[in-house]
Amino acid sequence: MARRLPKVDVVIVGVGWGGGIIASELTKQGLTVVGLERGKERKTEDYYMVHDELRYALRYELMQDLSKETITFRSNTRIRALPMRQYGSFLIGTGLGGAGVHWNGQTFRFLPYDFEIRSKTIERYGEDKIPEGMTIQDWGITYEEMEPYYDRFEKMAGISGEENPLGGKRSSPYPTPPMKQTPAIKLFAEAAKKLKLNPYMMPSANLSQAYTNEDGVSRAACQYCGYCERFGCEYGAKADPVVTVIPVAKKTGKFEIRTHSYVRRILHTGNRATGVLYTDTTTGEEIEQPADIVVLTSYVFNNVRLLLLSNLGRPYDPATGKGVIGKNYAYQVIRGGATGFFEDREFNLYAGAGALGITLDDYNGDNFDHSDLKFLHGASISLSQTGLRPIANNPVPSGTPNWGKEFKAASLKYFYRTLGVGAQGASMPFRHHFLDLDPTYRDVFGDPLIRITFDFEEQDRQLAAFTADKCGQILKEMGATHVDVRRELGPYDITPYQSTHNTGGVIMGASPDTSAVNNYLQMWDVENLFVVGATAFPHNSGYNPTDTVGALAYRAAEGIAKYAKGNGGLLV
Amino acid sequence: MAQTDERQEQAVSRRKFLKNSGLVLGGLVIGGVAGSLLKTQGPPVPQAAPAAPDFNQALMYFTPEQFRVVDAATERIFPEDENGPGARALGAAYFIDHQLSGDWGFNARDYMQGPFFPGEATQGYQGRLKRREIFDIGIQEMNNYSTSKFGKRFYELEADQQDAVLKAFETNEVKLTTISASGFFQMLRASTLEGIYADPLYGGNKNMDGWRLKRYPGNQMAYTQVIEQDQFVKMDPKSLRDHQHG
Ligand SMILES: Cc1cc2nc3c(=O)[nH]c(=O)nc-3n(C[C@H](O)[C@H](O)[C@H](O)COP(=O)(O)OP(=O)(O)OC[C@H]3O[C@@H](n4cnc5c(N)ncnc54)[C@H](O)[C@@H]3O)c2cc1C
Ligand code: SF4
Repeated sequence: MARRLPKVDVVIVGVGWGGGIIASELTKQGLTVVGLERGKERKTEDYYMVHDELRYALRYELMQDLSKETITFRSNTRIRALPMRQYGSFLIGTGLGGAGVHWNGQTFRFLPYDFEIRSKTIERYGEDKIPEGMTIQDWGITYEEMEPYYDRFEKMAGISGEENPLGGKRSSPYPTPPMKQTPAIKLFAEAAKKLKLNPYMMPSANLSQAYTNEDGVSRAACQYCGYCERFGCEYGAKADPVVTVIPVAKKTGKFEIRTHSYVRRILHTGNRATGVLYTDTTTGEEIEQPADIVVLTSYVFNNVRLLLLSNLGRPYDPATGKGVIGKNYAYQVIRGGATGFFEDREFNLYAGAGALGITLDDYNGDNFDHSDLKFLHGASISLSQTGLRPIANNPVPSGTPNWGKEFKAASLKYFYRTLGVGAQGASMPFRHHFLDLDPTYRDVFGDPLIRITFDFEEQDRQLAAFTADKCGQILKEMGATHVDVRRELGPYDITPYQSTHNTGGVIMGASPDTSAVNNYLQMWDVENLFVVGATAFPHNSGYNPTDTVGALAYRAAEGIAKYAKGNGGLLV
Repeated sequence: MAQTDERQEQAVSRRKFLKNSGLVLGGLVIGGVAGSLLKTQGPPVPQAAPAAPDFNQALMYFTPEQFRVVDAATERIFPEDENGPGARALGAAYFIDHQLSGDWGFNARDYMQGPFFPGEATQGYQGRLKRREIFDIGIQEMNNYSTSKFGKRFYELEADQQDAVLKAFETNEVKLTTISASGFFQMLRASTLEGIYADPLYGGNKNMDGWRLKRYPGNQMAYTQVIEQDQFVKMDPKSLRDHQHG
């Protein structure tokens, strides 16, 4: 029998960006909140030895321990899903702050088009433009409605940036100015302008200057140390939950964090959640935490997995297209890019920051005419200078052997003479892309792993080839002496790193028939259960997800507070 | 105190070992390591101020024979040349040895539960072997292939013969049953680069000379002064050790 604890107002499963924002907002409103986090405690001082590429970037020090739990993957239902035994395609966060600790900080808003993608596509091109099997749908919320929540997330985090000339309207400028421009960034800006494109500095959670937010949290400016992605920031300059929202929640005295607490089931009677069951991983003890409201903030895979393991909501069935839990899993099309080699120029590429870069959206969303193109949506195109690290980066022009004397000479020569221009392509949902429980493989507790069924589609291949050419053009205009363009997308492969931008599975919408949660991320079927995170995205845009995850978390927090004070029922 | 005791114990056990093995008493000639223990007797040659020994350069996992193969292979992957030191001088093989002795060698943070099924290439590694086992097999097969093709063990071959062997592994021209030849080669190549460029605390990148080759500044705390500069800014590298004691 599990030990039963006294009831609290709200229990949160997982303390990353989603959990941290919910906790800070609700405790400020006087609710008592318990945050259960499977990983360990973390603080900025832990990162004094963080400039260690091997330990953090290649041995994944801060990420989920796959020996205990992983995902399984298959490209379609005809083949057997097998476990992702080692990291590759994406990296899953764990511990206080979640993946928010080791993210880059590239903080983009989605486009107005994204939130009404189906209506706008039909309006401009007719319904026939949507290919067979592509399950795009409107989000049940518009960009105008999202705007205040984006604004709140950006002000809390202190995002450094300048207005996107092709983006949605902003109610206020970014709270801090853009980051410093490097020579490579300037080169991109000039080339893009010559090509009549609209570049702007990448919005960044790496602070361009010292900043104090409305919660009174003060943070130092970024030092361009080049150890952002996959690392924690020892300066607290990169906005992460540990240096922003979590301390605010703690200060109220209403937030209790329990680390090493692995949530295994959501408890419920009928269609009301009553709390959660978790295991204290230090003792093995099973504990029941009752709560009036349960909030899932355990990232895409565990949000879906916990619902399915707990028999909550209607599981998605790809054969009929019915059911909603696990529906519309989407990812990202990252491979269509280009690499430029500059024979007579060197750049200080060891210096950089996770979100230092420059971007353009001329080929993103519906900012360009798709009438003659065989794909919908598009990609943001960026040059970023994240800090080149020596093990992972050994660029050589195509045709160079990849070991031996010639390789050595070329890799030394081109280390600082190579610039990449990359496309971050949107991923559209298809009826046969989904998440469910694996029938064979289990975690350390004996519970089924989550299973991904996903592959790239013709749409993605066309998109990658299109954006790769654009990236190549920009590099040529920048004066590269040799350009390698990567047009071939290939099948989706779990082994090379692409991006940790997994989305969908508990999607939002205007109707319970086609979505799992409403636009407060409240479950249609279980009114006191909120599911927060990129699980709510009905499709994935041509950007990084976290600004939208954060904005939706602020929106959900507002809804939860309303729900807690009201007489129950659905908020919309 | 404790230290002296330990040393005495070691001396005793080494004497015991020699006695038990019959090397001393029997006077038989035995090749290999055990034989060479005997040869190191005799009065020490006086030397000019000796450099501090590198206690890190000792084997944690490989047998000396395995080490010779890996050391030779890493040097072909990243050879010494007019640009500067190669993998051998940088200690890449020691790095690999040390890595195999720990978490990475045991796949401690990988999902290693069964059942095991062969999968598509896009599904990633699906074997049951740990990295240290893959190295054991790969090294053995390198020697086997070298012997059948050129009549010598890998580390005894000429450089171009060694390259031919590595190439045969890289392209799966050698047919192995238990592991993928090219998979093993890729692992060897990747860990060679790690041994050259990882922080020297791991036993490779000796004296930070790997970083110097690439003009990589290592563990500096800030580049605020550099970030906007047009000219390449070169600086002497710092290691994590500098940071801890600095
Ligand atoms: C290397 C890397 C770089 C990235 N860069 C960017 C970027 O530049 N821009 C951007 O927008 N996004 C980026 N991302 C993505 C970004 O990190 C995520 O979108 C964001 O952190 C998601 O927040 P979350 O709160 O939903 O989930 P997470 O941060 O993953 O938090 C979920 C938490 O739940 C916990 N948890 C899970 N299951 C359980 C359970 N059963 N019981 C208890 N606790 C549990 C986990 O341990 C974790 O702490 C990056 C991600 C990675 C890995
Ligand atoms: S680059 Fe800037 S934000 Fe990133 S870790 Fe370094 S100091 Fe922090």
